[in-house]
Amino acid sequence: MRIRCPYCGERSNDEFTVLGDADALLTRPSGENIEAFHEYVYQRTNPAGLHRELWYHSAGCRRWLVVTRDTRTHEITNVAFANSRGEGATA
Amino acid sequence: MKYSIFSILREGLRGGKGWTPAWREPEPKPHYDAVIVGGGGHGLATAYYLAKEHGLTNIAVVEKGYIGSGNVGRNTTIIRSNYLLPDNTHFYEWSMKLWEGLEQDFNYNAMVSQRGVLNLYHSDGQRDAYVRRGNAMRLAGVDAELLDADGVRAMAPFLDFANARFPIQGGLLQRRGGTARHDAVAWGFARGADNRGVDILQNTEVTGIRIEAGRAVGVETTRGFIGASKIGLACAGNSSRVAAMAGLRLPIESHVLQAFVSEGIKPTIDQVITFGAGHFYISQSDKGGLVFGGDIDGYNSYAQRGNLYIIEDVHEAGMALWPAIGRVRTLRHWGGIMDMSMDGSPIIDKTPIDGLYLNCGWCYGGFKATPASGWCFAHTIARDEPHKLNAGFRLDRFASGRLIDEKGAGAQPNLH
Repeated sequence: MRIRCPYCGERSNDEFTVLGDADALLTRPSGENIEAFHEYVYQRTNPAGLHRELWYHSAGCRRWLVVTRDTRTHEITNVAFANSRGEGATA
Repeated sequence: MKYSIFSILREGLRGGKGWTPAWREPEPKPHYDAVIVGGGGHGLATAYYLAKEHGLTNIAVVEKGYIGSGNVGRNTTIIRSNYLLPDNTHFYEWSMKLWEGLEQDFNYNAMVSQRGVLNLYHSDGQRDAYVRRGNAMRLAGVDAELLDADGVRAMAPFLDFANARFPIQGGLLQRRGGTARHDAVAWGFARGADNRGVDILQNTEVTGIRIEAGRAVGVETTRGFIGASKIGLACAGNSSRVAAMAGLRLPIESHVLQAFVSEGIKPTIDQVITFGAGHFYISQSDKGGLVFGGDIDGYNSYAQRGNLYIIEDVHEAGMALWPAIGRVRTLRHWGGIMDMSMDGSPIIDKTPIDGLYLNCGWCYGGFKATPASGWCFAHTIARDEPHKLNAGFRLDRFASGRLIDEKGAGAQPNLH
């Protein structure tokens, strides 16, 4: 599997560290509502199909990326910087 | 037909003409007392123990593929009960006890081989952790022996004891651990369940779960609707997908775990040996192939195949442990989809929906649990409450904070 980092270009996925479901992890609740925080920390949609996920380019530019990837085929359809939605390259 | 030395002799003399299929290919009935979704090891074991221990025989196991096509035929066949935390120790020891009587119980040769499982340690800190784990096991009635380097050398002289970075100081040995023929386990449970009247519906995919007034009443399948008084989900890597049909969101991610087999060589390694400095475990099959594996790939996957960097990582760990295997060629590798729970421990529980029960979260350790998982899940379904052996494996433990974090790494997701 190769990931096209918007900053570094196409690299092998062993340069990256994966954290998981971007939509779950990028919407951090305030912590006042226990149930919402439980959802945020533990519950995952875990789809078979397109999955937006956080990857960290640890052996590269050290930027956090949102990679859109099909979990059935490992095909990557989009890569963008995590801190600026919309910015970035299409794989 | 009961399998025995006499049946083999009789059929040998008759040219094998009297053998019958090990299980039927029945048509689905309109309604069952219980439907188990997932015809893997755990689902088949659940049906078997529902029939055997609880007298329920109007049961169907619904499987989208064929029996043994999933993780039960994809693992590295290790059985053991060397756990630290009480919930795990007692549960896996019950599984070990069931393994010990399993072949007589379901009249099928599952090739259970108690050849010993040896976990190596490479530092003083790791030794202390293993002493603690061994003591916890012995207090719970499980066998455990701490070996020093000479003790390990007597069993496996070929390991790299003088490794510069990770010298082998000793190991924690569970002699009752070992291996079993994985697909024979699926076949044995399938045959045993079928003999007791359970319908095994292969190539029947569940496409929906029908819920009326807060109660599960049946499953939609590719062969039509099947009504059920109770529904048990044992879907391993597909647990999130199937649970979503009932509107449930689970603390589960599906990940790919790869396993490997080498070309066949002469008998070399008598035990299951695990490398303590990396994630690597190895044993030898009766055909001679070295069977080994390591870490999951680490990203969500339903693809049943992994990537090259883990293949390299696993082989590097193997070389660090046992340099001589560099001369052996890897023959095959494959991937299975693991239902990784957020604390690394399983879930066997009721769900918020009446009549719907859940068995999942086995991470990469589900095979050894097969008999006890089925046994406890059958109890949970039949009695509508967990057995004390699976009382800790609750679905709501992530909300309540009663996590079972066997690795001792604290309560955090992405532990895997």
